[in-house]
Amino acid sequence: MTSFTPYSAFLGGTLIGLSAVLLMLFNGRIAGISGIFGGFLALRPGETLWRLAFIAGLIAAPLLYRGFGGQIPFAITPAAPLLIAGGLLVGIGTRMGNGCTSGHGVCGLARLSPRSLAATLTFMATGIGTVFVVRHLLGG
Amino acid sequence: MTKFAAFLCGLIFGFGLVVAQMSNPSKVLNFLDIAGHWDPSLAFVMGGAVIVTFLGYRLVGRAPVSLTGRPFEAPRTLPIDARLVSGAALFGIGWGLVGLCPGPAIVALGVDGWEAVLFIAAMAIGMVLYDRVLRPILPSDSPDPGGIAAVSRPR
Repeated sequence: MTSFTPYSAFLGGTLIGLSAVLLMLFNGRIAGISGIFGGFLALRPGETLWRLAFIAGLIAAPLLYRGFGGQIPFAITPAAPLLIAGGLLVGIGTRMGNGCTSGHGVCGLARLSPRSLAATLTFMATGIGTVFVVRHLLGG
Repeated sequence: MTKFAAFLCGLIFGFGLVVAQMSNPSKVLNFLDIAGHWDPSLAFVMGGAVIVTFLGYRLVGRAPVSLTGRPFEAPRTLPIDARLVSGAALFGIGWGLVGLCPGPAIVALGVDGWEAVLFIAAMAIGMVLYDRVLRPILPSDSPDPGGIAAVSRPR
């Protein structure tokens, strides 16, 4: 069980927003992580190294945070088959739907994009439905 | 410069996820569990992020190009079609099964163990599978649905 943490959640959100604004200001790019990661996998000339640098920054963040003594609560409960199924669905779904929580849910909503609003409402609904089935109907 | 800026942005994004505890799948699942012990924190993360991005994009959009000279990118204006909704629906199911989406999954690589590696490997396979196999055979109701157009303003 985790508890409601409105202040740290809002502070973290503003940092994510700051990152999205800076990436647009410096590189002219949308900070959609599935797009950045998927584009990295496509290995197009001129489109690989900045994406790799962004991904390296994401991985370095928790290492630095811990290096300065910060605690990072972390618990993955699903078993390996569910991790694989979830990963496949997230991979296919984000490419098919052109984005995830960051691209649609943050950058797209900030651009007042109707497509991003539709995508965000859809993945929130199926996410909530999936957790309801797994936790309350199947008792996972 | 584009690489350094990208690294810095990834770092700030990652700090944001860590501070908000969004790298913790259990916390994300407790947001999606509205019938259980609901933890609304994720809504505050998105709220903070959208407010800052909304205001920031409007300031940034006054410049003709980005600081590195690249044009501002904005996805093409496409209709809300079956492909968008189906993709978002599949993504939501995967997100709900594990509690990880792409950003937190990559941050989790720097936090702990094999689970994130397994999830990301499957995610990468799913992405390549869609791009190389499924996209060419699925009916497309929008022209060039995967395309990104460069426009002069990010809005």
